[in-house]
Amino acid sequence: MTSPSHSPRLSRSAYLRIALASLAAGLFKAFNANKTSWIGLAVFVIVALLALLAPVIAPYDPLDQNILNRLKAPSAAHWLGTDYYGRDTLSRILWGARISLTIGLMAIGSAMVIGTLIGMIAGYFGGRTDLLIMQVMDVLLAFPSLILGLIVVAMLGPSVANLVIAIALTAIPPFSRIARAPTIAVKNREFIEAGHALGYSHPRLMFGHILPNIAPEVLVMGSLWLATAIRVEASLAFIGLGVNPPTATWGGMIREGFENILDSFWLALFPSLAILIVVFSLNLLGDGLRDAVDPRLKGEQ
Amino acid sequence: MTAFILKRLGFAAITLFAVLTIVFFIVRVLPGDPALAILGDQASQAALEALRVRLGLDVPLYQQYVEFLGGVLVGDWGISMVSGRPVIEEIIKVLPATLELTIASLILGVVVGIPIGVWSAVRRNKLPDYLARIGSLLGLSFPAFVSAVLLLLFFSIQLRWFPVISSGQGGSLADRLRDLALPAINLGLIMAAYITRVTRSAMLEVLNQDYVRTAHAKGLAFAIIVWRHCLRNALIPVVTVVGLYLGILIGNSVLTEIVFNRPGLGKLIVGALNQRDYTMLQGMMVIYTLIVVMVNLVTDLTYGLIDPRIKYS
Repeated sequence: MTSPSHSPRLSRSAYLRIALASLAAGLFKAFNANKTSWIGLAVFVIVALLALLAPVIAPYDPLDQNILNRLKAPSAAHWLGTDYYGRDTLSRILWGARISLTIGLMAIGSAMVIGTLIGMIAGYFGGRTDLLIMQVMDVLLAFPSLILGLIVVAMLGPSVANLVIAIALTAIPPFSRIARAPTIAVKNREFIEAGHALGYSHPRLMFGHILPNIAPEVLVMGSLWLATAIRVEASLAFIGLGVNPPTATWGGMIREGFENILDSFWLALFPSLAILIVVFSLNLLGDGLRDAVDPRLKGEQ
Repeated sequence: MTAFILKRLGFAAITLFAVLTIVFFIVRVLPGDPALAILGDQASQAALEALRVRLGLDVPLYQQYVEFLGGVLVGDWGISMVSGRPVIEEIIKVLPATLELTIASLILGVVVGIPIGVWSAVRRNKLPDYLARIGSLLGLSFPAFVSAVLLLLFFSIQLRWFPVISSGQGGSLADRLRDLALPAINLGLIMAAYITRVTRSAMLEVLNQDYVRTAHAKGLAFAIIVWRHCLRNALIPVVTVVGLYLGILIGNSVLTEIVFNRPGLGKLIVGALNQRDYTMLQGMMVIYTLIVVMVNLVTDLTYGLIDPRIKYS
């Protein structure tokens, strides 16, 4: 990670372009350091495309019931079989991907922004501010995230927005921790000192100069936490706290499939595989990148 | 050492107090009237009023708060709104089943995870390392209920090796172990995946250090260097991670208990959620916090046992 060199006269947009370019270059390097990241990214992009195109490519309406055609094993007409109401499993998995990805991306996106901000403030100002903020975060971290999510969703009711809130809440403390450590490391470097001497404001130093330096680490953790978020959303749906039926969610499909597991095992099997593929691809992506951005593991490759 | 323990105890007490306060207010801001939720729409005004008095909902909020905190300390966690029995009694009834499952999976995770992690680090970038890395990454990609459903499908339904539904209520030791096996394997393998990864990276760091080279140079057997010298130094991050992931383990035990229909805290909390049993939920949050705070304390104290260089200050 290099600190972007610049003069105070550089225009804001030019500066932004330099910062983004160095971020992109950093990520590209990280990708190439560990080839498995590319595989993870490729699989995840395919899943995201399938989810995006679900309305076009899904062979059936995911909510269309057909009582005469229920609990059918996989066939040419229904590649992955049909469920208890005669709905097409493949179509429901494709549409379910939209729910999983939407909730995961929105929850982790907001947790990343809020958590990073909190962590940067704690690390940048240090002292009592740091102590107080991190103490609060530690208390939140002490609580098992699934239990916290369970209670929040049970309180607020199962809707996409509430699930996003519940999952984001559990992910904010880890992001604040992830952002805090590199902030402390960067804030003592000469270029920040130079910024102070030039009379730059705190926000300008934090967002213009520290943020670009800690962004790669935060983004890498983002991919790993997206995997966690998708897992938690599915777990909540499995417990019965997902987006309300008949909307197709992967966790909800496994829950329904579990009720018919003795005679129609594929109902639980296929959505299980779908979750596994997405979560594994994100872990593969994030794990490879983390090795590359983690300074402790330098030279391992 | 004593000062350190006192300090950690103090921090544990503060954490506990903070979470209890949060729990109290979360349960109070829940939309809906608990009395109405219990008795239903048909209840008379007098009956509702009487129940509110019984639940202690008629006194001012600050008084409820003081009574709640005092109650938690002396073991009076309120009365379940559904069963009418003391919350702490219901929790204590199922707690052993959950602890049994958690501890069994923890042991399994350590026994499987640490050797694979060490092996993977020693054979870095060779086939065993790749297999261990992919395997562990796959292991932690499994939502606990997905792996539980797959295990159940394969071992209970396909092979019929294990009962589909755990009894969990006493029985002979052999019965209990049979009931415990699949759920513990499910949680233990996920735990093993986490432990493998952290053991591997901790070992890699230690293996590169000077004293390891010195040990090689003076002709110490490789196995002794790895298992006695390196592993001991690599254990600290492993213990930290085991402590941290206990939270994940607790969350996963909820899912595992549901799939295997095992009695325990998981089934209790889901039942309380479905029936809007607020006092029970409150009690569940208290017990989870207690467990996590205690684990963190034990984790901190364990460091000193592993590494005598650590001074508690």
